[in-house]
Amino acid sequence: MTAGAARPTTGAASLPPRDLPGLDPSWSRLVDVPGVGIDAGHARQWHCLDTADALARAGVPVTSGGLAGTILAVHGNPTWSYLWRSIAAESVRAAEAGEPAWRVVAVDQLEMGYSERTGLHRTLPQRVADLAAFTDALQLEGPVVTLGHDWGGVISLGWAIDHPEQLAAVALLNTAVHHPAGVPIPAPLRLAGARGVLAASTVATTAFLDTTLALASPALAPDVKAAFRAPYGSADRRGGIGNFVADIPVDERHESFPELERIAAGVAALGAATNSAAANSAAADPVPALMLWGPSDPVFGDRYLDDLADRLPHADIHRFEGASHLVAEDRPCAPAVLNWLKESVGRVGAEGAVSRPPTDPTFTPLWRPLESRAATPATADATAVIDMATGRGRSPRRVTWRQLDARVRDIAAGLHAMGVRKGDRVSLLVKPGPTLTAVLYACLKIGAIVVVADAGLGVKGLTRAVRGSWPDLIIGERLGLAAARALGWPGTRISAERLPKAAALALGVTRSTRDVADLGAGQPLPAEPGPADDAAILFTSGSTGPAKGVVYTHGQLSALRDVLGTHLGITADTGLVTGFAPFALLGPALGTLSATPDMDVSAPRTLTATAVAAAVTASDAGIVFLSPAAILNVVETADALTHDDRAALARVHTFLSTGAPIGEPMLRAVARLMPNATPHTPYGMTECLLVADITLAGVSDAAAAPDTGVCVGTPIGDNQVLVSALDSDGDATGTPSPEPGVLGEIVVSAPHLKSHYDRLHLTDVAATRDTPAGRVGAAGAVSRPEPQRWHRTGDIGHLDAQGRLWIEGRIQHVIVTADGPLAPVGPEQQVESADAVRRAAVVGVGPHGLRQAVAVVETTPAARRPGLADPQLTAAVRATTELPLAAVLVVPQLPTDVRHNSKIDRSRLSEWADRMLAGAKPSAP
Amino acid sequence: MRVLATGASGFLGRAVAAHLVAAGHEVRTLQRRPSGVPGVTDVLGSVTDASVVADAIAGDGRSVEGVVHLAAKVSLAGDPDDFRRVNVEGTRTLLDAAERAGVTRFVQVSSPSVAHLGTSLAGVGATPASPEHARGDYARTKAEAELLALARDSAAMHVVAVRPHIVWGPGDTQLIERVVERARRGRVPLLNGGTALIDTTYVDNAASGIVAALHRADAAHGNAYVITNGEPRPVGDLLAGICLAAGVRPPHVSLPAALGRAAGSLVERLWALPGVAARAGGDEPPMTRFLAEQLSTAHWFDQRDTRRDLDWTPTVSIDEGLRRLAAHYAQG
Repeated sequence: MTAGAARPTTGAASLPPRDLPGLDPSWSRLVDVPGVGIDAGHARQWHCLDTADALARAGVPVTSGGLAGTILAVHGNPTWSYLWRSIAAESVRAAEAGEPAWRVVAVDQLEMGYSERTGLHRTLPQRVADLAAFTDALQLEGPVVTLGHDWGGVISLGWAIDHPEQLAAVALLNTAVHHPAGVPIPAPLRLAGARGVLAASTVATTAFLDTTLALASPALAPDVKAAFRAPYGSADRRGGIGNFVADIPVDERHESFPELERIAAGVAALGAATNSAAANSAAADPVPALMLWGPSDPVFGDRYLDDLADRLPHADIHRFEGASHLVAEDRPCAPAVLNWLKESVGRVGAEGAVSRPPTDPTFTPLWRPLESRAATPATADATAVIDMATGRGRSPRRVTWRQLDARVRDIAAGLHAMGVRKGDRVSLLVKPGPTLTAVLYACLKIGAIVVVADAGLGVKGLTRAVRGSWPDLIIGERLGLAAARALGWPGTRISAERLPKAAALALGVTRSTRDVADLGAGQPLPAEPGPADDAAILFTSGSTGPAKGVVYTHGQLSALRDVLGTHLGITADTGLVTGFAPFALLGPALGTLSATPDMDVSAPRTLTATAVAAAVTASDAGIVFLSPAAILNVVETADALTHDDRAALARVHTFLSTGAPIGEPMLRAVARLMPNATPHTPYGMTECLLVADITLAGVSDAAAAPDTGVCVGTPIGDNQVLVSALDSDGDATGTPSPEPGVLGEIVVSAPHLKSHYDRLHLTDVAATRDTPAGRVGAAGAVSRPEPQRWHRTGDIGHLDAQGRLWIEGRIQHVIVTADGPLAPVGPEQQVESADAVRRAAVVGVGPHGLRQAVAVVETTPAARRPGLADPQLTAAVRATTELPLAAVLVVPQLPTDVRHNSKIDRSRLSEWADRMLAGAKPSAP
Repeated sequence: MRVLATGASGFLGRAVAAHLVAAGHEVRTLQRRPSGVPGVTDVLGSVTDASVVADAIAGDGRSVEGVVHLAAKVSLAGDPDDFRRVNVEGTRTLLDAAERAGVTRFVQVSSPSVAHLGTSLAGVGATPASPEHARGDYARTKAEAELLALARDSAAMHVVAVRPHIVWGPGDTQLIERVVERARRGRVPLLNGGTALIDTTYVDNAASGIVAALHRADAAHGNAYVITNGEPRPVGDLLAGICLAAGVRPPHVSLPAALGRAAGSLVERLWALPGVAARAGGDEPPMTRFLAEQLSTAHWFDQRDTRRDLDWTPTVSIDEGLRRLAAHYAQG
């Protein structure tokens, strides 16, 4: 390899070796294609994978309408069609199983894989034209779905916009069509493209190839890695790799830049059809789009996903947390694409197309009550919000309806003047209080989507949440902004407080909220968003895997407000004291005064009984909302209450534990503090904040029932709760049903149920799979006229004959024994009835389907080290339950979930018990 | 059916013979000492003696139809040749004679140790016997014998192998008596706190399982089945249960498992030295590597195939078994 290596080399196309893992040699074929552009006058030979013959062998008529269509798959740099072996295999398997038959045609681009080496420099427009020449030569007929990865994504989109009559859908894996001006291209590419480095890293050595293959997460098997390398064994085979890197349009002077711009604009047109044309015209439906993304990609990261999401707002997107550039290798993309095609292609334009919720005549925007109170002279100067957390010795901060409304209006107009538009995402890293309230309502009012992530996620979880939702704007306090700066979170940064210039500079902050309000004073407001527009993204606790963003529309948030108001009888005069963030923000939307007690909201256990009493006194509120963690401390600090404090608390008529259901003793303790209040402990989750509710009296009634689990009461308002029965394998496969006494996954429907998960299409599919089409009547009949949204909660439990819901654990904690599935909560309650047991967890050890139930207990007094329980305790625990327990283990302390102090981390405990009972050296769980 | 049970003077053999009688079979037994089981015809002798074996099978001209082969040399230490002679060659002699006599059902009573590789087993089925990996002479020769027996499975003679796992009950001198005796002297350590989950089999369940294998040989032949109570318990729980039933103090000293294994290896080597075993009073070694592994790694089994194919479920739970054991000790 001396001077010869640098000269352009040519080589014929060939078939790949016959023994590459996962690649069926019968898919490979060579196609002669009349050249276009720089190849005009020459035939070029391509290698491609084509499943037509395999389908024919499987008895699928490949020509006369037997096919659903063709998936045209285009690899990027430096891979080859081997990347698509899974979708080739799975599509044939699906067709054999009687599912829609998709033919897969996956090309090796010229100079790449096993296609011809022409030695010519190919630009983006040439490659787009090459692909069109290839499909012409193949005489590809019928609907085509393009599927592209990396630069193959761009080229596949070029083909897509040039073949609108054939195009059925587009699917993309980690790619990009636009790079914002002024932002440097990602460092790895910058380096590879640098003069001198380019030839060395891409052609003369296998460095670029090796680096790309090393991105797979988890790592590729050695034989798979070797298969990816197979066509690129020598420098003269790798010319195309260097050529591709050299063709990256780093700026507008690059020869391929105009073509990239043309494709970017064309893609936006594919997605714009909904916005411009009449919704009932089939021709105007947007082209279905799917994006499957590995966000750990050092090159095509979330920035590019966000850009594509803006261009294709209707796209179904799934971010595989932890996956990287080679997402097709990292995660099961093939079944995801095929399942999506089943749902999406043919659905569009057909009857039953994605139905937008009908416009609800009763829809009252969240900000409307605030506006009307401010506009009514009698109420304008009454207090809307009280912030008690103003520091030691200072008086509470009171904001009137008029002030709040003006503030909201000015910030809204200011944000609009700054360029914030409907659908833009604004991450709020602000503690609850008047500032958060004003910013929140301002964002809602202009249709900006607020992203609310709880500081409790921790820095790592928060970073993942913020990066995943890719906000355009971050409004935060000093700490949040410092984190945003240090961790490279996206978005323009605005400070919620006025910062000294140096600090603002250091934090990369352009403005404070006050500056924004000043900017907006007297400026016009844009049109208000409608009920179907997205309003907010709330993050789940992350107690079961990475936190998920949950998207709510304005209609759904308003419904939440209406349900809460109706259920608790909240009127303008009620007043709320709220120590729980999501509900604290609903005060102005309910048109009633809200007060936040003096506490550190990120540490709910700092709330004292005195602080609650002070907030009640200041607001004269009749309703108090507290989180379970806060309640614990409030009860523990009750001794410090004065006579006046107690008198104020005696005026409270309703108390709500919000966040997680709490037990009877704690509810009773609260009832003693607020003797005239009805204590409620509702059941809900981030995806549906209010599902069912039970009062203290209800809890006492339930205690007499023979049911196992925690009774969380009956569904609130129009909510429906069904149970999807567990099968013998522990999967919730039963048709969701109101039948009592059946253990299964809890499936809920409510007007205020979430819209969807953010950029988690597969999670959406899983959360709504096999749910009813409409409301389910008492006899189990489904009424069709009103389509209803459902959600699988992941909680398991049962309904009783009175319609009460009993929670018995999480579906991933079901113990599948040889005798069938078993829920942990019931046996745990029984075990906790043993005298020496303080808290208990029941977990499974051994293989799925054969698990043995094991009790792990905290004792009084606490054990000094983990190990087997002594024979007496073992016997006592076994005597409490019918369930055969293989072992009783003691631990000094059960591991609890970071976010919910009360929730035992059963998954971790199960792994620990598995190790212990395999005979491992004793250790703490 | 006329059935020959070998090894019927042993703890499990006696129980099997009694169960066979109770099931209405005409039972002949073959072992060196009288079985003491009411209702059976004892033939005295060794399975290594071909003529005695032929007589036991042929009987007084009415050959048996079924054979349940339990006779084996069971020990943690001893002369390797003895193990081979009894366990491998004895089985071969019996199989030969059974085939010649037209026996239609042959139950080979084996041991889960034939497939035990010293690693933790949790919820596994009956994996194939592996003489080359088995730990110790007993397990190795039993593995060979099982393979030998299953290789003779045919349409004419249905062979089933069953592996009862750690059989115990009142009157057991192999396990229970040793545990109790050593616990009395404070010589039973727990390894790693005794948390390893192990399956055991109460003797009546083992016996009924073996009889079920004989009855179901037409459906189950050619296979090996592990038989247990299906109630895995931590080894520490079981030892404590046995000790409490016998009225002695349960073990309370825990050793790291690695130390136990190392000690076991050392003791095995010491015991192999001339005269050491004799000077120790002819007793078995106090700890072997095999025993250390048995006491510190999980070994419990998937019983679904066993219960389905043999159409059998255990009838005596571990707790009930321990109550019976306590009653046995209370009687003295």
